[in-house]
Amino acid sequence: MKTAEIAEKMGLKLLTDGLAEEAEVTDGCVCDLLSWVMARGEAGMAWVTVQTHLNVIAVACLHDFACVIIPESIDVPQATIDKAKEEGVVIYSSSKTSYAICCELYDLGIGK
Amino acid sequence: MTMIYTRDYEIEKEDFVAAGEVSARIKNKLKQLGVAPALIRKIAIASYEAEINMIIHSYGGHMQLDIDEDSIKITCADTGPGIPDIDLAMQEGYSTASDTVREMGFGAGMGLPNMSKNSDNMHIESSPAGTTVTLKFQM
Repeated sequence: MKTAEIAEKMGLKLLTDGLAEEAEVTDGCVCDLLSWVMARGEAGMAWVTVQTHLNVIAVACLHDFACVIIPESIDVPQATIDKAKEEGVVIYSSSKTSYAICCELYDLGIGK
Repeated sequence: MTMIYTRDYEIEKEDFVAAGEVSARIKNKLKQLGVAPALIRKIAIASYEAEINMIIHSYGGHMQLDIDEDSIKITCADTGPGIPDIDLAMQEGYSTASDTVREMGFGAGMGLPNMSKNSDNMHIESSPAGTTVTLKFQM
């Protein structure tokens, strides 16, 4: 399933407007420790994290993640959004908790 | 052995804004050269951890990428302050990172173990004058 379809079904807000939402989401990951994500991340993952600083983009980019999803409407610094656009990393925002987001991803068949 | 590509990158102390950029450049170069995706992933993980370690813990230094016909080498050389106990630093979960750095999601004590696991050979030399970590990967 592509990121655009997931965003529509889950009501995610695209923060990186203008970026194509065409990456295939193959799995999910929820973690706020960057080294942990670096060690275990795989290409195509949707990554749910409360971290919003610039290095989130570096990790997402190095792993070719499908997208990053920020929960609970946490503010994302403009510098992070600008960097994400530059690197082609799609960031979504959700009002839901990380737990609820993961449940929804799973219900959509992601990672099954 | 014929050298295919060599490049030096500067790493500045506590430059969290640029953190990851050198690893991204290395990754892009490997992609251009047609290196296998599974190997690129391993190198990206190891080089990112090395880069972050230098930014967090060192006074700054250089990362050098050397690519020859059958191997890739990344040499990370900083100007101090050195790793007092390398065996301890190699233990997963051990970290000397500050609370601020931990709040950013770093300092989990996984840097050196991740570098070791993802490289075919890792060599560390350290003194108060500086640390050199050499990572080797076979094509």
